[in-house]
Amino acid sequence: MAKRSALTRRRFLQVAATAAASSALISCGRHAGPWRFFTPGEARTIEALCEQIIPADQDPGATWAGTIYYIDSQLVGHFRKLQSTYRSGSAACDAVCRAAHGQPFAELPFDQQTAFLQRLPNTLQPFFDMVITHTMQGFYGDARHDGNRDAVSWRMLGIPVIPIRGRDHYEFPGKG
Amino acid sequence: MSLPRVNAVVIGAGAGGGVVAKELCEAGLRVALLERGRWYTANDCRKDDLRNQRTSVLGNNSGPDEERNPRVFVDRDANRHIVLPSEGGYSNNAACVGGGTLTYGAMAWRYQPKDFRMRSTYGTPEGSTLDDWPISYEDLAPFYEKAEYEIGVSGDVSNDPFKGPRAKPLPMPPLPPTREYEILRPAAQRLGLHPFDLPMLRNSVPYNGRPPCMRCRWCVGFVCEVDAKCGTHNTVIPRALATGLCDLRLGCMVKEILTTDQGKITSVSYFDAHDRLQEQPADLVIVSGAAIESARLLLNSKSKLFPNGLGNRFDWVGRNLQGHAYSGATGLFDFDTYDDVGPGACIAICDYNHGNPGLRGGAMLANEFIRLPYQAVDMPPNGVRWGKAHKDFMRKAYRRTIKIMGPTQEMPVFDSRVQLDPTVKDFWGMPVAQLSGYQHPHTLEIAGVMAAKAEAWLKEAGAIQTWRNLPGNGVSGGQHQAGTCRMGNDPKTSVVDSWCRVHDADNLYVIDGSVHVTNGGFNPALTILANAYRASARLVQFWKGKV
Repeated sequence: MAKRSALTRRRFLQVAATAAASSALISCGRHAGPWRFFTPGEARTIEALCEQIIPADQDPGATWAGTIYYIDSQLVGHFRKLQSTYRSGSAACDAVCRAAHGQPFAELPFDQQTAFLQRLPNTLQPFFDMVITHTMQGFYGDARHDGNRDAVSWRMLGIPVIPIRGRDHYEFPGKG
Repeated sequence: MSLPRVNAVVIGAGAGGGVVAKELCEAGLRVALLERGRWYTANDCRKDDLRNQRTSVLGNNSGPDEERNPRVFVDRDANRHIVLPSEGGYSNNAACVGGGTLTYGAMAWRYQPKDFRMRSTYGTPEGSTLDDWPISYEDLAPFYEKAEYEIGVSGDVSNDPFKGPRAKPLPMPPLPPTREYEILRPAAQRLGLHPFDLPMLRNSVPYNGRPPCMRCRWCVGFVCEVDAKCGTHNTVIPRALATGLCDLRLGCMVKEILTTDQGKITSVSYFDAHDRLQEQPADLVIVSGAAIESARLLLNSKSKLFPNGLGNRFDWVGRNLQGHAYSGATGLFDFDTYDDVGPGACIAICDYNHGNPGLRGGAMLANEFIRLPYQAVDMPPNGVRWGKAHKDFMRKAYRRTIKIMGPTQEMPVFDSRVQLDPTVKDFWGMPVAQLSGYQHPHTLEIAGVMAAKAEAWLKEAGAIQTWRNLPGNGVSGGQHQAGTCRMGNDPKTSVVDSWCRVHDADNLYVIDGSVHVTNGGFNPALTILANAYRASARLVQFWKGKV
């Protein structure tokens, strides 16, 4: 029985203290959930936009590839300057959608979303163009940036997938 | 307090400065080589599709520092934009040991004899400052050869009937052919053109103690993982350091070049890696910061005798900023053309550099470097930008397209220029470069014809659909930036003499792409290297009192 009590009281207290400290750190984040920047509502809108831009068919689309994680990460990194553009853009997109269809963008059926984007009001076009650019970057870019899970786009294009080499050259708050 | 005197300060450790430092040190001069960036090596291996010198959507991989070095870009509607190094309009090259040669595609072109005599050959079109160089191809030929052997060039130009005379073949054979090469070569021959293995500053066999290319797809824009790409960082700069006479100082941003009231250059003041202001006295000062930063430094170096900046008595510093109007076409095939064998570009023709009816010059045409997936997302010609149609096109076309592009030689424009911005300052408080101007209409006319030639080549090769890629009309620069400190015999219409010495100052030189009168229909790196060897040879003679 002596062996089983290898976890001494002292050691238990150490572990407990560490666990408490880590959970305190986690709860420091501004939002609950996996997002560094987006609110859960914004994330639903952006993810739906990404999936429209690169939809799943015989190959996975932007949602499966996690392209939104690329955008979300970069919004606290290299795209920091675009935070307010994303915030107001996704709000405007939902507002226009609500006025026209009574629901936020992400709640519309897929085909209705497509039709909405094909006849997008001019005011929303620059925002959508930006999301297109970033979605393409995340999905077709280097898998190290989280938007191209399992190098799914490279597999789709039929090019060899090599291990990610070299380190990342940016640091995000809360990463690692 | 000033530092111990050196014989020469070389500002910028890129293509020009690296060669100058080595030549001066080997002649026994004590040199301070100032570089604002860092020294990246192959061990930094930075294969990141979104963060490199060609696709900088997440930043650059070899400088300059994003936070400290803004510029101002003035668009065609006279709107001012403050731009960062990774953003469009900045015209970034690099800031690191090796400069652009660390990450370039590494094409190793000699300009053709006519490229040095553009005015004599064609006459100057209205609205352009097209002129002859004060030197000829023959003057530069021995130094082209020296650059080819010392830095290292592979390829086989023996089948190029349009090249200038050359004494020796290239030191290394070409890399084995790729699938694109096998498709394009017979097609060009059927058209009566003269395709050949384009010259590259890249090892195809072990050379200079470094290994050959391993044919990966991350080439242009990236630091070579196996150090097969030949630049000044792995050739002449280590040789300069080996003399014991070269003091390479990293993270040093030059503020200004200081002169006496009599106009003698005395020293260089710079912010060191800890942002402390230092003053380095020197007998000679060589500016090698590339066309934009070299011009900016001269303009920032004001004194009683030079109130508008060094060498700028006749308002020519910063003028004639040029790069290349890239033009070509993409072809879609009904079979796979992609073989994942880098670097990609391997076959070229020089049939259209000159002799095009009604046109002043032209461009070399070559197949493109491998396009990484994100670089291909703008590819669909039919305006499809998103949705299933875009994804379908990517899936169908990515492995089945060939792109042929060429650097159309630009008609220089006096109003395409680098100026000091009146309000924006960099991290150290110095006025930043402001870029403004446009492409001469004739340049765009030539570019249009080059695109048609590229398209015809692709069609002959069996493309089932082709579309043209045309340049914009905005000011050019970027990695091929040139022209801002023109070389010439007349001090009223140029900045440096034919030996790259600034007209107004005995001991001040500009040795980089800035001095190019015109920029050839070719990538300019080998010409910058060759001219640096040539100017350094004279500089050494001058130093020894022989001229």
